[in-house]
Amino acid sequence: MRQLIILLAIFALIALTPLWLTSEFWLNAVLLTVYAALLGQAWNILAGFGGQFSFGHALFFGTGAYCVAVLQIQFGVNPWIGFVLGGLLGALVALAMGFLTFRYGLRGSYFALVTLAFAEVFRILSNSVSFTGAGEGILIPLDRQASQMQFTQLSSYFWLICAITLACFLTVWWLQNGRLGARMMAVRDNEEAAAAIGVNAMSVKLQAIALSGFFSGLAGVFYAQKFLYLDPSIAFGPAVSVESLLVAIVGGIGTLFGPLLGAAVLHIFAELVRHVIGDEPGLSMAVYGSILVIMVLFAPRGIAGIGRSVRSVLKGTGDAGR
Amino acid sequence: MINFSILLPSILNGLTTGALYALVALGLTLIYGVLHIINFAHGALLMVAMYLVYFLYKLFGLDPYLALLVVPAAMFVIGYVLQRTIIGNASHGRDENILLVTLGLSIVIENLALFFFASDTQVVDTPYAFDVVELFGAFLPVPKVIAFVGALLTALALWLLMGWTDLGRAIRALARERKGARLVGINVDHIFAMSFGIGIGVLGIAACLLLPTYYVYPQVGHGFVLIAFTIVVLGGMGSFIGALLGGFIIGVVEAVGGLVLGESLGQIGIFVIFILVLLFRPQGLLGHRA
Repeated sequence: MRQLIILLAIFALIALTPLWLTSEFWLNAVLLTVYAALLGQAWNILAGFGGQFSFGHALFFGTGAYCVAVLQIQFGVNPWIGFVLGGLLGALVALAMGFLTFRYGLRGSYFALVTLAFAEVFRILSNSVSFTGAGEGILIPLDRQASQMQFTQLSSYFWLICAITLACFLTVWWLQNGRLGARMMAVRDNEEAAAAIGVNAMSVKLQAIALSGFFSGLAGVFYAQKFLYLDPSIAFGPAVSVESLLVAIVGGIGTLFGPLLGAAVLHIFAELVRHVIGDEPGLSMAVYGSILVIMVLFAPRGIAGIGRSVRSVLKGTGDAGR
Repeated sequence: MINFSILLPSILNGLTTGALYALVALGLTLIYGVLHIINFAHGALLMVAMYLVYFLYKLFGLDPYLALLVVPAAMFVIGYVLQRTIIGNASHGRDENILLVTLGLSIVIENLALFFFASDTQVVDTPYAFDVVELFGAFLPVPKVIAFVGALLTALALWLLMGWTDLGRAIRALARERKGARLVGINVDHIFAMSFGIGIGVLGIAACLLLPTYYVYPQVGHGFVLIAFTIVVLGGMGSFIGALLGGFIIGVVEAVGGLVLGESLGQIGIFVIFILVLLFRPQGLLGHRA
């Protein structure tokens, strides 16, 4: 319960940002941080609770993004409907992929590989067929109306992403405290033992990947409506997959606040690097990659893990080594 | 109906390309067989090897085939050191952490290349790049035929190394039973690093054989490594013969697919195979079920 109150308080504080922060540049920076937290938390549902490390979360993100864009342009479907459908389609693609891979108990290396390959298949497909605009990408026409999910004020986008991200974090809070989450963690820690006490591992993993795909899909829809442009490598390329996992790993896998912490630290760091070295091509990604390597080598449980170790040392419970 | 006279050259072409794919996949499957992890930095390291060949040519005028004497050894050292210093220390008891570290390494290496070399494509101009040889009525580029033979020889050498040397026995022992290998006195960290080094060294051979016909740019590894992943899955993870067979199949599928469906969609055939294997035979053609 305490975690829920802290969570709501943090989001209330974040939501107040547009009221005092007048700089569009910095408000946009905070917006992108919240958005990164959403990507990370969506990844965290599958990795931190389901125990499956995906290297291709762009698959669900891109599905959501293309869903809302294609429905709007080819079929004139309102983006708010596309928003829901984008999330659902993300979940559906996730379910299909999960079904194919979990059926044979593929995990670890194999699962990471398969997710990557699926994202790549979708990238090539969206690059080749005409209704996604192929390699030229897809441009959503400018129509700044709330009914078209396009806003004149940056703060409206800000509150929209806050709401989606809060929904995702609340889902994770519920997982941490509910039965489904308990089953997921049981499967994550020991699938055989979980099965032995009557947990249907397949169904639990599918629920984890569907939830994860749903929120990644929503993130994709938000991206499409915010930037109004998509191409195959934005939607299905490795950048989104890497950002999703990096945010969660830096913050702390399997924790409620980890992705938020990770997103904040990464974005502040990236901003600093840009400030000091400049915006050279490749440099920010190289820094991201280095952070990933350093975190895994020295703090595999993320910032949240470091915090926990320090706390237990202070309390003297001797839990630090865990 | 496709005429046989265009089909045969395209199959032969596919076989030569497939041999090169197989070469990239061989290192991947060796590393997987011993360390039980997928090396996500494989493509990035192939790119490094290709740039090595390119700069040796550019700065010292060294022919790519002569670079065979230098580059594989250099890549072996890079692989050995990477495993000893970074990858080997990353696991903390979880294989996922090794995956993440190799992914991180690939991001760092690729983007540093982008930073230093920009995204321009570079080629090595050899006098023999456009020589062709006639085989069964099909004209094949000479460098591709050399690459084909080179790939087969490399696979043979690896097979001999694994089967008939002490190092090979130690590697196989480690692949099968980590604890037991340590008990009989095998230096586990050293052998792990040797396996990783050999796997990366093979990339050096691949790079030397590739460059007379291919070009190099920072993301060049992507295309190769995804195909290599598919080959490894298709042939069975950890199986050498499987990697070779998988390479040939994928090469032919790509060439014939490109002929039938056109260049951009031709690659889809590769991924269709990937998903089909996953559905019906996830252990691969020659692999054993875990």
